[in-house]
Amino acid sequence: MIELIEETAEATSIVLDLPDRQRHRAGQHVDVRLTAEDGYEAQRSYSIASAPEDAYLVLTVERLDDGEVSPYLVDTLRPGDELELRGPIGGYFVWEEVLGGPLLLVAGGSGVVPLRAMLRHHQAVGSTIPVRLLYSVKSLDDVIYRDELMGMAADDEIDVRLTLTREQPEGWRGYARRIDQELLADVAWPPSEGPLTYVCGPTSFVEVAANALVGLGHDPGRIRTERFGPTGG
Amino acid sequence: MSPLSRAFRGRRRSDADPARIPPGQYVTDDFPVLSAGPTPHRPLETWSFTIQGSIDEPVSWTWEQLQALPSETITTDIHCVTKWSKLDTVWTGVSLDTLLDDVETSAEYVTAFSDGGYTTNLPLEDATGGKAWIAYAFDGEPLAPEHGGPARLLVPHLYFWKSAKWVRGLELRNEDEPGFWESYGYHNYGDPWREQRYAGD
Repeated sequence: MIELIEETAEATSIVLDLPDRQRHRAGQHVDVRLTAEDGYEAQRSYSIASAPEDAYLVLTVERLDDGEVSPYLVDTLRPGDELELRGPIGGYFVWEEVLGGPLLLVAGGSGVVPLRAMLRHHQAVGSTIPVRLLYSVKSLDDVIYRDELMGMAADDEIDVRLTLTREQPEGWRGYARRIDQELLADVAWPPSEGPLTYVCGPTSFVEVAANALVGLGHDPGRIRTERFGPTGG
Repeated sequence: MSPLSRAFRGRRRSDADPARIPPGQYVTDDFPVLSAGPTPHRPLETWSFTIQGSIDEPVSWTWEQLQALPSETITTDIHCVTKWSKLDTVWTGVSLDTLLDDVETSAEYVTAFSDGGYTTNLPLEDATGGKAWIAYAFDGEPLAPEHGGPARLLVPHLYFWKSAKWVRGLELRNEDEPGFWESYGYHNYGDPWREQRYAGD
């Protein structure tokens, strides 16, 4: 591990320099395994936040107070420590340019992590496929990769929309509610354009978003989901 | 041998019998959800369960016909490949032995297929002998759509992705064919006690 980056109060990026790194695909995850002195092991899966083209592998971890692995990664792990990883894993919740678009990315909270890998990959390969990111988050302070996402929004091909569900800054003119069908109708590509959609977030968020998109006439077969269970972090 | 994680102690639960926890798993009281796409919502009037493939004539049951079959209530531990295990879960459903009772087949494998296009494969002998059910209730309540309702396969001795949600039938096959997750790098068989998570394990 070479660096910890505090992204928000709850999310920290862990920058890893891997020997024999296997190229991943944007959207994949790795398994992290911790081993105690007495042989006790704990494993969890974390989405990869970096693009395949990036110099280092980055995991962004939400610290769960009652978690077993995430507090260790955020509080105890220090630069220079080794971390045992397995992966990359998962072949379905991935985006590559050959899969086309237009692309709709829908993130709830830390569900933005694998979608950020897709956005970075999109930029790294100079893709001209249009992308919309809808990111639902409690407040502006909870926006992970805030500066980077705002920078990406300057790209002609990338449109970033936030909805701040709990707390909005003065003069906020963006969305200020939990996602619903009307909000998705506003942001999503029309179903007639056959968008490819990736939804990632807590289970309840993904259920609402995916059901609403299907209700709007989107092809369920073009909606890929990744759900974080309540203990999924 | 895994490298030691400096200053890692872990938070072990003392209330769970370690002999019931497969390697690399942790016990949760929640019921997390893992699905590759939107949750299908299938009205019961149009639901059916079909056994087809290597069989003279496909056989089908409507929802009402399935409900009329003898049911069992099973208390079992379930193990998800994403590392969580949930102990003493209570399901109600129909044993696949009941459904396969009158079926003559030379098949050695089955592929379960579901609304939404999901599939998963397993040896026929893992689907019979009191090891697999079509479950339609969890904790005595109708199975919620996000957990696979109206009915899902329940094969608790394998990782839980084998317990196909929204199941609509079984294809009997003479040759094994990888299902959905099995085609995306997950293990073809998926025994949690041998930690067969990914291809090659």
